[in-house]
Amino acid sequence: MKITIDQVKYVAGLARLELKPEEAEEMAGQLDRILSYVDKLNELDTSAVEPTTHAISITNAFRADERRESLARDKALANSPRQNGEAFVVPKII
Amino acid sequence: MEFETVIGLEVHAQLSTDTKIFCGCSTEFGKPANTNTCPLCLGLPGVLPVLNRKAVDYAVKMALATNCRINRTNIFARKNYFYPDLPKGYQISQFDLPIAEHGWVEIEVEGEVKRIGLTRIHLEEDAGKLIHDEREPLSYVDLNRTGTPLIEIVSEPDLRSGEEAAAYLKKLHAIVRYLDICDGNMQEGSFRCDANISLRPKGREEFGTRTELKNMNSFRNVQRAIEYEVRRQRDLLLDGGKVIQQTLLWDPDAGRTSPMRSKEEAHDYRYFPDPDLIPVEISEEWIEKAEKEQPELPDQRKKRFMEELELPAYDAVILTGDRELADYFEAGLGHYRDAKKLSNWIMTELIRELRDREMEITSCPVTPVNLARLLGLIEAGTISGKIAKTVFQEMLASGKDPDIVVKEKNLVQISDEGEILKLVREIVAANPEQVKQFKEGKSKVMGFFVGQLMKETKGKANPKMANQLFIEELNK
Repeated sequence: MKITIDQVKYVAGLARLELKPEEAEEMAGQLDRILSYVDKLNELDTSAVEPTTHAISITNAFRADERRESLARDKALANSPRQNGEAFVVPKII
Repeated sequence: MEFETVIGLEVHAQLSTDTKIFCGCSTEFGKPANTNTCPLCLGLPGVLPVLNRKAVDYAVKMALATNCRINRTNIFARKNYFYPDLPKGYQISQFDLPIAEHGWVEIEVEGEVKRIGLTRIHLEEDAGKLIHDEREPLSYVDLNRTGTPLIEIVSEPDLRSGEEAAAYLKKLHAIVRYLDICDGNMQEGSFRCDANISLRPKGREEFGTRTELKNMNSFRNVQRAIEYEVRRQRDLLLDGGKVIQQTLLWDPDAGRTSPMRSKEEAHDYRYFPDPDLIPVEISEEWIEKAEKEQPELPDQRKKRFMEELELPAYDAVILTGDRELADYFEAGLGHYRDAKKLSNWIMTELIRELRDREMEITSCPVTPVNLARLLGLIEAGTISGKIAKTVFQEMLASGKDPDIVVKEKNLVQISDEGEILKLVREIVAANPEQVKQFKEGKSKVMGFFVGQLMKETKGKANPKMANQLFIEELNK
C-alpha cells in the first residue's frame, strides 16, 4: 500500500474533514487505487509531449473593466448561518 | 561577532481598476460592508471567474518599469487554505509561471546607488476584511475587498538595512504612482509590505533563520520595525540563543514586535492550476504597446531634473520621489525659470508647512503658479525674501494671489534710497555706543543696525540696500 493512514489523516486535516478510523482505512484503500491508476498512465512515454494545464487549447478570455451591479446586501448575507444584517458573523479568529 | 542583515520584501499593491479581478463588482474603498459583492466574489457554487484585462495590463506596465522578464504564457493557480476572509477556501494567485520574473530597481542610500533584484511579480486576488469584536469572541466578515486585484512584488534578499528597505519600498511606491496603477495609500492598505529578516555572521554564505514582519503601514514604520527586529535578533544570537522562524506583528505605539499566534499546522497550500481560468498569452504586440504607453518614470525624471535643470541629486531625488510633488514643481517652473530657487522653496517652506498641516500636495491652497509668482516678486525686488515668508503664510491660509496679499497687507519693499538713507542716518545718530564698537572693528554690530531699521520699517526695507547704506554711513 502506498498511501498510509497518516497521509489520509493529514490530508483530511487540511480539508477540515473528520474521519472515523474505519473511514480513514477505507479512504486509504480508495486513494491507493486512484494512484495506481495514475501509475498505469505513467507507463506511457510522454517525454515528447508538452505539459498542459488545461484540456482545451484556448487562451486569453478577458472581460473589460466595466462595473456590473452587485447583490443587495440582504441577498449577499442570506445563505449565511449567522449574520447581523451588515456582516457575516464567525467565531473569533486572530 | 559581526552580523550581516539580510532582508527581502514582499509588497502587495492594489491595482486601481474600477472593478474586481474576476467579476464586475466595484473596488471602491469605504463602502458599507458587503455591498460590493456578487455570487462570484462571495465564492458561491457554480460561478466562473473571468479575468479583468486591465489588471493584466497594469501588471505588464509594472513588469516593464522594473526591468522584469515577462512570461509569454502565464497561468493562475489556487492557493488552498481556510480563513474566514477567504470565502472560496482558496485564493486565486500565480505560482509557476507568474506574469514576470528576474527584474531589478535601483535605490540610493547615502549617495550610493544599489541594484535590488526582483524575484517575481504575480497577479492575485485580495481577501476580505475581518473586524474583531471587542467583548464577544466573534469576528465580522466584510467581503467588499475580496477579489480586488493585487500584484505581489517579491524582492531578492538583497537589502541590508532598514534604511535600504525603506528606500526600496519608496522606489516601488513612486513607480506605481508614476504608472498610475495603484493609489499607493498605505493607511487604507492599498500598498502594503511584509519583510523577511535574518542575520548571518559576516562572510557566511548561508542564511540564518528568518522571521516575517507584518503590520507596517508607513515607510517610517517599515524602517523602525526592521531596525528593531535586527537588534532583537542580534541580541538573541549574541546571548547564544536561537531565532525561531515565526511571524511577528509590529506595534508602532509600543515600538516593538510581538509574535502572531501561530497556526498549529505548517502551511501546505497545495497550489495547483485553476481549471476555471485558461492561460494568459502575452504577445509581442501587447508588450510593445505597453512600452509605447509607458510614462516617464522616477529615475528618468530625476536624471532629467539633474541634466536639464541642473538640480543637485539631493533635490532631484526628493522632488521626483513623489509624482505629485514633481508635477507641482514643474507646473511652477512654467512661471518662474530659476529651478534651484523654486526647488529650495518647495523643499523647505512648502514641504514643512504641508507636513505641519498634515496636508497632501494635491490639496495645497498655494497653487504652483502662485508660488512661482511669489518668487517672481522677490526677484523683482518688490518684496524681500523674509517678507516673502509672511506672504507665503497668508497664501497658505487664504489661497490668495501673492500680489493681492502684498497689496492688502502693504508689504511692498522699501527700495527708495532717500527714504532708507534718512532712517539709516537717524539710527546711526541715535546709537553712538554701537557706532563706536563698529569703528573698533566689531562688524557683528551691523546686525544690530539692520535690525533697528527692519523694526522701523516692519521688515520692509530692502536688506541689500540697507546694508550698503549703513556701511557707507558708518565708514564716514
